[in-house]
Amino acid sequence: MNEPKGRREFIKLLGFGGVVFASGLAGACTNILRKSGGQEDDFFFVQLSDTHWGFKGPPNPEAANTLRQAVQAVNALQQQPDFIVFTGDLTHTTDDEAERHKRMREFKAIVADLKAPVQRYMPGEHDASLDQGKAFQEHFGATHYSFDHKGIHFAVLDNVSDPQAAIGDAQLDWLLADLKRLSANAPIVVFTHRPLFDLAPQWDWATKDGSKAIDLLQHWRNVTVFYGHIHQEHHFRTGAIAHHAAQSLIFPLPAPLSQPKRVPVPWDPAHPRRGLGFREISVDESRLVLTLKEDSLEGAGTVQPAAAGGSY
Amino acid sequence: MRGLHWILGASLAAILAAASSEVAAQEKVIQVTAEKFKFTPAVIELKLGEPVVLELTTLDRKHGFQVPDLNVDENIEPGKVTRVRIVPAKVGTFLFHCDVFCGSGHEEMAGEIVVKP
Repeated sequence: MNEPKGRREFIKLLGFGGVVFASGLAGACTNILRKSGGQEDDFFFVQLSDTHWGFKGPPNPEAANTLRQAVQAVNALQQQPDFIVFTGDLTHTTDDEAERHKRMREFKAIVADLKAPVQRYMPGEHDASLDQGKAFQEHFGATHYSFDHKGIHFAVLDNVSDPQAAIGDAQLDWLLADLKRLSANAPIVVFTHRPLFDLAPQWDWATKDGSKAIDLLQHWRNVTVFYGHIHQEHHFRTGAIAHHAAQSLIFPLPAPLSQPKRVPVPWDPAHPRRGLGFREISVDESRLVLTLKEDSLEGAGTVQPAAAGGSY
Repeated sequence: MRGLHWILGASLAAILAAASSEVAAQEKVIQVTAEKFKFTPAVIELKLGEPVVLELTTLDRKHGFQVPDLNVDENIEPGKVTRVRIVPAKVGTFLFHCDVFCGSGHEEMAGEIVVKP
């Protein structure tokens, strides 16, 4: 049974994919487990999403600053995460190939200031769909890959290099080969840009063959998916798999199908960074419980402006 | 899922088929052009039960024409005409969009089919 979960509620579920949701100001408090006497073996990572470097337009007149504000906010955490993952749309799309490379270089220069020891990248359709991921691979490496960290297997799926939002059978075969060595109870985290399930196909919030990935992943009992694309926090379950969308770092979008058109939430000068933020994910010593904490950029410090291009 | 109240009749609202090149003489044909980043017309008005064939063409590059609530998912290739036959079976408003990422503004490339009694 699929169950949407509201935000700002505390829910603890048995088994992996069990989460505690929390919200707060960036830097105002730290990870719940760390605050409440977590074990030394706990660790956490941070998800940043949809930074759209190069965007310029009314939905975020401060777009030239927002990425730097996010870097400062993450650096201000009392402890640094083991790693940071960017779940796509690092840059805003452009038809100009030279400009695309320029934006990717600028993005890398800004995030180079992150204190966390490791950053993991993956593309969104804005990064990869116009050239099938060519520029992204040149600057950031493979668009799908896996890695292990402290007892958890992480798999990064690319559902954007195909401009029609398909993962493709070749990548699905790779995923199966990557996972089949793991036991059915192994904790698995999947990073992807678009939702794997049909969140709102009417707004293009889906993956063409996402159901194939979900069918495959359901052979393992402890799978959690983190994604971006929809520019808002969202929680959903397909069977045993938990799916968590992150806020963006450029402009928020409305709740799925809550209005006729998928257009950005209007910028509010009284709350210029409302709806922007990032996520801390803590993993307990059992590796079977994740704690999610949503951090807002509201209240984060200001930085010096810099040039940005592009438009919505 | 929230906010679906303005879409009347979300599923199986029409009997659809990617039409063959043969179009019955009595069926209405509506030309729809796609270009970065819009469809023309963006609002397609149909009458309940009246068959229609949409003739989709592109003025620039490859685009998509997806109407999830009507199970329509077609590509629009340069130099080709894509025909979609619709027999509206339910009154309502059904969103369509380009599902082939085509650049900055792609997200705005959308429209709606409005089926009236």
